[in-house]
Amino acid sequence: MKPFAYHQPDQIPHAAKLLTSIEDSKLVAGGMTLIPTLKQRLASPPALIDLSRLGNLKGIADDGATITIGAMTPHVVVAASKLVQARIPGLAALASMIGDPAVRIRGTIGGSVANNDPAADYPAGVLGLGATIVTSTREIAADGFFRGLFETALEPGEIITAIRFPVPLKAGYAKFKAPASRYALVGVFVAKFAEGVRVAVTGAGSGVFRVPPMEEALSQNFDPSAIAAIKIDTDGLTSDIHAEADYRAHLVTVMTKRAVDAALS
Amino acid sequence: MGNVIGIGASPKRKEDQRFLTGRGNYVSDIKRPGMTAGVFVRSPHGHAMLRGVDKSAALASPGVIAVLTGEDAAADKLGSLPCGWGISDAKGVPMKEPPFPMLAQGKVRFVGDMVAFVIAETPAQASAAAELLTVDYEVLPSVVGVLEAVRPGAPQLFDDVPNNICCDWELGDKAAVETAFRKAAHVAKLSLVNNRLIGNPMEPRAAIAEYEPGTDRFTLWTTSQFPHVVRLLMGALVLNIPQHKLRVVAPDVGGGFGVKQFHYGEEAVITWAAKRVMRPIKWVASRSEGYVSDRHGRDHVTEAELALDETGKFLAFRVNTLANMGGYLSTFGPNIPTNLYGPLLGGVYTTPAIYCNVKVVFTNTVPVDAYRGAGRPEATFVLERIVDVAAAEMGIDRVEIRRRNMIPKEAYPYQTPVLVQYDSGDPMGCLDGALVAADVKNFGIRKAESARRGKFRGLGYSTYVEACGLAPSRFAGRLGARGGLYESATVRVHPTGQVTVMIGTHNHGQGHETTFAQIVSEKLGVAFDNVDIVFGDTDRVQFGMGTYGSRSLVVGGAALSKATDKVVAKGKKIAAHLLEAAEVDIQFEAGKFSVAGTDRAKTFEEIAGAAYVPHDYPLEVLEPGLEEQAYYDPVNFTYPGGCHIAEVEVDPETGTVTLVNYTAVDDVGTVINPMIVEGQLHGGIVQGVGQALYENAVYDEGSGQLLSGSLMDYCMPRADHMPMMKIATHSTLCTHTPMGVKGCGEVGTIGSPAAIINAVVDALSHLGVTHVDMPATPNRIWRLLQNASLPVAAE
Repeated sequence: MKPFAYHQPDQIPHAAKLLTSIEDSKLVAGGMTLIPTLKQRLASPPALIDLSRLGNLKGIADDGATITIGAMTPHVVVAASKLVQARIPGLAALASMIGDPAVRIRGTIGGSVANNDPAADYPAGVLGLGATIVTSTREIAADGFFRGLFETALEPGEIITAIRFPVPLKAGYAKFKAPASRYALVGVFVAKFAEGVRVAVTGAGSGVFRVPPMEEALSQNFDPSAIAAIKIDTDGLTSDIHAEADYRAHLVTVMTKRAVDAALS
Repeated sequence: MGNVIGIGASPKRKEDQRFLTGRGNYVSDIKRPGMTAGVFVRSPHGHAMLRGVDKSAALASPGVIAVLTGEDAAADKLGSLPCGWGISDAKGVPMKEPPFPMLAQGKVRFVGDMVAFVIAETPAQASAAAELLTVDYEVLPSVVGVLEAVRPGAPQLFDDVPNNICCDWELGDKAAVETAFRKAAHVAKLSLVNNRLIGNPMEPRAAIAEYEPGTDRFTLWTTSQFPHVVRLLMGALVLNIPQHKLRVVAPDVGGGFGVKQFHYGEEAVITWAAKRVMRPIKWVASRSEGYVSDRHGRDHVTEAELALDETGKFLAFRVNTLANMGGYLSTFGPNIPTNLYGPLLGGVYTTPAIYCNVKVVFTNTVPVDAYRGAGRPEATFVLERIVDVAAAEMGIDRVEIRRRNMIPKEAYPYQTPVLVQYDSGDPMGCLDGALVAADVKNFGIRKAESARRGKFRGLGYSTYVEACGLAPSRFAGRLGARGGLYESATVRVHPTGQVTVMIGTHNHGQGHETTFAQIVSEKLGVAFDNVDIVFGDTDRVQFGMGTYGSRSLVVGGAALSKATDKVVAKGKKIAAHLLEAAEVDIQFEAGKFSVAGTDRAKTFEEIAGAAYVPHDYPLEVLEPGLEEQAYYDPVNFTYPGGCHIAEVEVDPETGTVTLVNYTAVDDVGTVINPMIVEGQLHGGIVQGVGQALYENAVYDEGSGQLLSGSLMDYCMPRADHMPMMKIATHSTLCTHTPMGVKGCGEVGTIGSPAAIINAVVDALSHLGVTHVDMPATPNRIWRLLQNASLPVAAE
């Protein structure tokens, strides 16, 4: 790890100002990705801006048609939340499958969404549920937020404060864990709303994506059999030492079936 | 005072008091006055000419004390890292043994090859300076696979090693095997890959070196399984430091598995550098650094053929293997895929003719050496896989074909056609026990239940034997060992009757402090709590070859047993004098020396006291003191073995293999501490499960980059991968070790991979699958199932 300045602002505007005024500075939420990167000397930001002292960024609120989760809420809190378990059980299940207990205690929803790791779990839940990313300056729809490998719609100095999830009729997440890292080799989040079904896939490509043919089929018939024969194209899917692209494509179908099963159970 | 706790008991481990309360003393816990920090600069290329190193920017970096390179080592006329074994080909031509400079000179040969050592006041300063070093590389194509390395036109690692072949080694009667194959009713063939593994001990490697000008002495603290051997190899052959001026300490070490049983260049560099800078230096490897510098294991490509008669009796076995050595010869490197592989190809069977050819091959990868099991898991895997292939092809039940060929208990000692003679064993007894313990008779019910859930269930057997307790020096010397393989122990009885043992083996997780104390407690009748075991310091322990090859109890324990016998013998002489009896009439039992047939007796403590306060003592015939030393060199290897039965479930939708049941019935000879033996089996089996299902070191051909260079990409087995294991022993006693022990450290890793892969193949056999390479990953299984659905795969 190389030396860096460390700031702990207690107001969002102050944090945003530090972020814009110190070139290459980084926000740290749970630090589950950033700290290992620093330790390996793969990144050397001149300053870290710790978000843990900011008020009102932790917690889960029931807004009726939506559930709002503060950006600094750790995964373990979402996983154990009676509210999330009752209203969006698929999202609580997703949080319970992230990393290991240490990661779930430190890691936050805001950090995960802002980092947009192509194999992270939360992007699938956020896109699958069509959530809204609430930031220090605006609100961004999930469909416009994730822009591929570690890229998002966040502007310089913009800080995620919360994620607002519409409550679906049914939702489920199925994850095929990469054996070593336990990130999603393929993870699929399926959510059924009155207006239709959304299917979001993480792990398979360079970023989370939706699968319109499966969404259409499941909107007609919300049953695993509806998509069992739908194969997705291998174009743009990842091939690496753990899984070849055609295997990942196959897993998208299998995990979607299992996510629907989970949503129905 | 406590009680005698002897052989067969399972006391809690003595060493766990400090480990479980955070009071262990590992190399990285040690701080020396004025200590500096060292960082190695390693090659990022698999293969490159080293045109030059510009130190200037690094030397100007804050806190930097020195930057050392291969040129500096050459100027100081330091030696090459030695290889402890010299093997030869069939014509007696010695292996090619190119120099292994501790810092690269002229060329780098693997990603991780050391180019420079940077010493600074702090680790951060050393790391920062290391990044400023300018190294001029002329990158060459890398070759990482053995098949590729021996092809014409492949990149050549050394000018004088044509086709990258270090040695074309063979064993066995080739002509007899060819004759048997001509008469065979059936020949089973199998091509397989034994996957490359990375040991990943929990504690990364580390070292501290210090030079004391006042005494002209060096001290090296290092994460080693054999500090005396490091002292010998490094002092005598690399750095030219006399043995009495070099102390090597291996304190608490957090796991080894073979990774720490080699003399590494880092040890030599840091010791040499400590004198150059006249300051102590500490180096602690990061996990990532370990991946590209810890010696790797396995990595074979093999073609095997088994000849059988019409009844399924094995007539001959022929094995051709290409074994990866990596970029240089490590300490035991060439010994592992040859001497520890070929002689095990007889297994537990009466196969009369065996021939084995191994081409030992250099590649642009980390040097390959021993990893838990070392050669024997590879041999077991080839043999136990091809037995299943033959059974399937001939329509003979897999258990039945094993029974037809097994060495019967009465036939021991049994001379194999590949050098080794098994002294004892009962493979049939282990098999029978395992069949019951694994509830094989109800497997069909479980398979049907899995099928109802859409899963394929399979059962796999491995009936194996290994050779351990390394090793009889005379035998090893004939095979090319350049050192002895005995062990030593000193039993120091204090004036008050407590005992300190100095032993040349090294405890890094095996429970020696407990097991060895039990032996002393039993043999001398002293309380278990009154025995301490000292190891891992060349200034405190006389000598020793260290811990590897399941040798600590077999060879070290035997030395300890002999030394306690000497203590008793001397005690009898003292007692005879004190009790005014003839020495032949003195009996020693349960801590008491007594005159046979009388109630006259002296306690062990009284004899110890007399030995050190010799007021009434036979000084004219006996020296004072009660301390005895023994060296033990075994007459043969020991041959633990057993039967492992794995049961797996395959999810055909995802290709995931789940290990659902595991049973092991092993013959490890006398069991000193059943709890520790069970723990050794657990750990060994889990590592075998790792090889079979999860672990794989993958290099990129061409660039030589290690693609599985972190725990994110190299899958270690975890607790949730494992079912509860059923572990039992079915022991026959070793006929030549003093206590009948055979060793248990590696049996789990040796027996298990074949059992698991045989189970996976069994689960998929109805689809025409006849072999699965390790690791049986979901992607690999899914691919097999995709191909199995094609008509061509059914042939």
